[in-house]
Amino acid sequence: MNVLKRLVPHPIFSLLLWIVWLLLNNTIAMGHVVLGAVVALILPWATAKFWADRLHVHKPGLALRFLLLVLWDITVANIQVAKLIMNPMRKLRPAFIEYPLDTDHDFAVTVLAATISLTPGTVSIDVNSDRSVLLIHGLDIEDEAATIAEIKNRYEKPIREIFGC
Amino acid sequence: MLATAVLIAMVMVILALVLNIWRVIIGPDVTDRILALDTLYINSIALLVLLGIHMASAHYFEAALLIAMMGFIGTSALCKYLLRGDIIE
Amino acid sequence: MIEIIISVFIIFGGIFTLIGSIGLARRPDFYTRLHGPTKATTLGVGGLLVASMIYFGTQETISMHELLVTMFLFMTAPVSCHLMAKAALHLRVRSEVDLPKSDK
Repeated sequence: MNVLKRLVPHPIFSLLLWIVWLLLNNTIAMGHVVLGAVVALILPWATAKFWADRLHVHKPGLALRFLLLVLWDITVANIQVAKLIMNPMRKLRPAFIEYPLDTDHDFAVTVLAATISLTPGTVSIDVNSDRSVLLIHGLDIEDEAATIAEIKNRYEKPIREIFGC
Repeated sequence: MLATAVLIAMVMVILALVLNIWRVIIGPDVTDRILALDTLYINSIALLVLLGIHMASAHYFEAALLIAMMGFIGTSALCKYLLRGDIIE
Repeated sequence: MIEIIISVFIIFGGIFTLIGSIGLARRPDFYTRLHGPTKATTLGVGGLLVASMIYFGTQETISMHELLVTMFLFMTAPVSCHLMAKAALHLRVRSEVDLPKSDK
């Protein structure tokens, strides 16, 4: 078990690499299947030293639901921001918000920051050195506390549940 | 139907490219120019994809993929340089 | 029928690509300009890539390259946006509202 763990340190990453290799070559010919598998096994092994902590997905079902929720939010909220951009009469209220983080796990913070950046109206700008505050820039903020509460309930809670931190 | 849609979308993307170039020229800050260049390469991917549909050829995707990767590396290298005065520490 | 779906995706993608760039061109300061390109443009190009995927899916050869480009764009857009915003804050680029205090 330990030998296997050392040889294949990141099984999910290896699987992903293998799939990407096959997609890149746009084929499932035997040669590429084998070559891709070799690459997918060697790369994580060779770069194992550079990895931080391993990521554990505790609830794959919730992760999938979260992905769909984010995709839906991206589409719907983009239409709202498009209206804001196209309407010249509308005065925007941009603001910087300091968002208190509940988790200091590197990967979870990264996922949360990326989610905030992709859902329109907010962009993540900076994390302070002890990972307790995330600086966000909002395009049109009415109520700072309401925005923070919404991000907390809608995105941070499921992320923390998925990674169990 | 499809050909018309592709042409309309191409005109829109080209307009977007012109707006981006305008922003690259007027700036006013160096970060504005980086942002405009970043948008410029994403829009050029859009144009390549449309060209691929227009010509019914899947050969443009290698180029699109390369632009996506090189563009991202370029943007991060420029930002890293602004942040630290150095690209590889 | 499938042609209509593809056309809708193409027009949708084109509109959002354009809106992202209009946002880039018209907003008054850097931090608000950042919003247009990172979201609208990413979504627009995503729409075009979906259209292309459906289109080439109806031909004889099935192409999955588009999926890679879409995934790559959706993963890198927030990262490059974050880097640019961080660089701007580091350089104290002018903003319409007060800049937050830096913690350095």
